[in-house]
Amino acid sequence: MRVTHWITVVCFVALLVTGAEIVVSHPRFYWGETGNSGTPVLFKIPIPSSRATVPSGYNYVMPDQNGWSRYLHFEAAWALVLTGLLYALWGLRTGHFRSNLFPAPGDRTPNAFLKIILGHLRFKRPSASEALTYNALQRVSYLGVIFLLFPLVILTGLALSPGFNAAFPIVVDTFGGRQSARTLHFFISIALLGFLFIHVAMIILAGFRSRLRPMITGTVKLPQERV
Amino acid sequence: MISRRKFITGGLVATAGIAGVAAAGSVAKRYGLIPPDCGGIYGPGETLTYAAQRIITHNADAREFPRSMISKVPFANELAPPRDDFKRLQAGGFADWKLTVEGMVSHPTSFSVSDLKTLPRRSQITEVVCEEGWSYVAEWIGAPLFEVLNAVGYLPQARYVAYFSIEPDWWESIDMADALHPQTLVTYAMNDSDLPVPFGGPLRLRVPRQLGYKSVKFITRLTVTDSMKKFGKGLGSASPEAGYAWYGGI
Repeated sequence: MRVTHWITVVCFVALLVTGAEIVVSHPRFYWGETGNSGTPVLFKIPIPSSRATVPSGYNYVMPDQNGWSRYLHFEAAWALVLTGLLYALWGLRTGHFRSNLFPAPGDRTPNAFLKIILGHLRFKRPSASEALTYNALQRVSYLGVIFLLFPLVILTGLALSPGFNAAFPIVVDTFGGRQSARTLHFFISIALLGFLFIHVAMIILAGFRSRLRPMITGTVKLPQERV
Repeated sequence: MISRRKFITGGLVATAGIAGVAAAGSVAKRYGLIPPDCGGIYGPGETLTYAAQRIITHNADAREFPRSMISKVPFANELAPPRDDFKRLQAGGFADWKLTVEGMVSHPTSFSVSDLKTLPRRSQITEVVCEEGWSYVAEWIGAPLFEVLNAVGYLPQARYVAYFSIEPDWWESIDMADALHPQTLVTYAMNDSDLPVPFGGPLRLRVPRQLGYKSVKFITRLTVTDSMKKFGKGLGSASPEAGYAWYGGI
């Protein structure tokens, strides 16, 4: 099931790049149901746009990349959703979430989290045995990404589809309207991007080769401890 | 190492998968779940989107809004400068504007705007949703497309309605699910007035269950057909020829 991780990586990068391309065609964000170049913004990204009608403050119009970006965005979204479903089914069936991702009973206290955070702040390296399992902070982050951020980014994305909204208006209405859903979709993507940065940074800090090997092959080579 | 058992199971799963996809493909084709732009590397994603939405949206209506939510600032978007034939018709108050309905119909007919106004009228307050991200809500008033199609007697083998703007290379098509949907309007008025030119006046086909680019402005011709192969490059509309998806319901 490691393959689901790497399919997700490919899809996520495709979604990020194409998502950014699509934002360039209208780098303004709103709250509520409607918003356009004639209405006040919630905030805007200070970049030139790929549309001349957007008051970006620049005299430069970026090239339009929306056609292929949109095709690829939705294709990657399908691949990610189908892969995610497969992973979720596997995780529930094998007890992966229960045994590897839910924090162990003794670790569910604020003190346990504080200890881990302090350990990080002191740049304390985990011992070889600690490094074999995820600590409680890792577990909570992974669970948050899998069961909160990904479902939310999918739902806010679906809430931008006029066809989906016709069939299930409750989703877009729950997010507070179409433009709110678009703004939330953007922020959740930023949160996922933040997770990606920290995740990769941690792997590099922990030893890029030794951590990447098990992510690909599934086998852990234990370091020889000096006697 | 991959064990023999894993290898055999994997092989069986892969074979079943390929057979499943092939079977799903032929069923999908039969039930009209394959979009005209189903080829190429983005074909699988596009086909999944179209097929899934055709199954779940079925008769669903686009959201309608209360009058209080009509946007004070609708956004007309960019337009090419009008051509001479448009300016001539505009100078005559669009009295000579014609919408020709042809193709797989019993009585091909040309409708003037006032002819269309004699058909049953429907108004709805829906959102125009641009693929770029912006949107506005307006009241759209016109003749439902299904009333126009009934008036000309569309044939049972019809599968798509293609529609063309007076502007060159601006044309789209929709399947019969959208063409016969009660919210799909041949629109001649917006909010409190005739449809203003920047918003597509005198006639715009409004398809509120799809993105704004499917609502073509200044329409002069509708063609009922059983296949999009003969139109342009055969991808269903001008959008895929410019790199955009044919189906705009995303």
